[in-house]
Amino acid sequence: MEDNGGEDGIVLTEEQKRRRRHRSIAIALALGVLVALFYVVTIVKLGPGVLRRPL
Amino acid sequence: MTDLSAVEQNREVPAFAISEASVGDYVALMKPRVMSLVVFTALVGLMVAPGHLHPVLGFAALLCIAIGAGAAGALNMWFDADVDAVMSRTKSRPIPAGRVLPQEALGFGMTLAVGSVAVLGLVANWLAAGMLAFTIFFYVAVYTAWLKRSTPQNIVIGGAAGAFPPMIGWAAATGAVGLESVLMFLIIFFWTPPHFWALSLWRTQDYARAGIPMLPVVAGPDETRRQILIYALVLAPIGASPWLFGYAGPIYGITAVAAGAMVAHLAMQLRRFGDTPAGDRAAKRLFGLSILYLFLLFAVLLIDDRLGAPGHGLL
Repeated sequence: MEDNGGEDGIVLTEEQKRRRRHRSIAIALALGVLVALFYVVTIVKLGPGVLRRPL
Repeated sequence: MTDLSAVEQNREVPAFAISEASVGDYVALMKPRVMSLVVFTALVGLMVAPGHLHPVLGFAALLCIAIGAGAAGALNMWFDADVDAVMSRTKSRPIPAGRVLPQEALGFGMTLAVGSVAVLGLVANWLAAGMLAFTIFFYVAVYTAWLKRSTPQNIVIGGAAGAFPPMIGWAAATGAVGLESVLMFLIIFFWTPPHFWALSLWRTQDYARAGIPMLPVVAGPDETRRQILIYALVLAPIGASPWLFGYAGPIYGITAVAAGAMVAHLAMQLRRFGDTPAGDRAAKRLFGLSILYLFLLFAVLLIDDRLGAPGHGLL
């Protein structure tokens, strides 16, 4: 899909597109790290209790 | 004394603009060099604290403290964009350079602030999280928005924000505030004025142009050198206090006494040489040595603790 949408829309330069792509990748990586961190922290805080839950 | 018109001209914010920000600009917003000092002192506070914190939780707590410091840095740059634009040291920062929009920095800083405090509360405890929240508030609202532009004592009182990280690290590990963590707070608190005033001595014109009432701008370089010496003389015994109170061993004691004497000696030289090229060199040497002083004291405090060489205390 084009970024400009129509003739009067805003057209991003190649540099702006490149920087936006890099920002998006950085956000994705940060979210991935947070997911991994929350998972590990949960396991550590619960310890063996993670398996002891009512079925 | 100061010209605020240049600052006011930089208050204007464009109604609409496309973000030009790179990932590096967002990293720069978090003031990574300040963050490194925060992380290091918080690490020492966490490691020398009694009790045991799981390494994963310790890492997560340190990450939260680092991100909280980054949030404070981003919010500081958001509020200070107008004065940053007229200072040669700061005019290439992301906001005054036009690469990051002010509202982007505000959103980024607030998101990091709320996220870091919430996660620290869940990972460690709510005392540490509350202290982190207070530190961010103190740095942004009390120091940046109020003291920095209104009093030459700005960095003395505002220095408390930079002094909290080892206490937060300690609180994350223990859930309490101990005397040893208060001593670490005091070391950084009394270290801040000679460190920043040494820098401001050769940045006086920059601060004057930006309308920041730093001590050399308001009271002159002579008074600044006198106060640097007073704080350096107070810092020396406070730097040695963990050893004097018996929290650290003789390795730390010798290091702290020697390093404190070096800082005090350089502060005396700075006062004696005054407004001469030798005085300028002494100011730059004191600035560099003060950074080394803080890193050295906290590094040796950590090593001393790991070696298990407790002191007996002289007080």
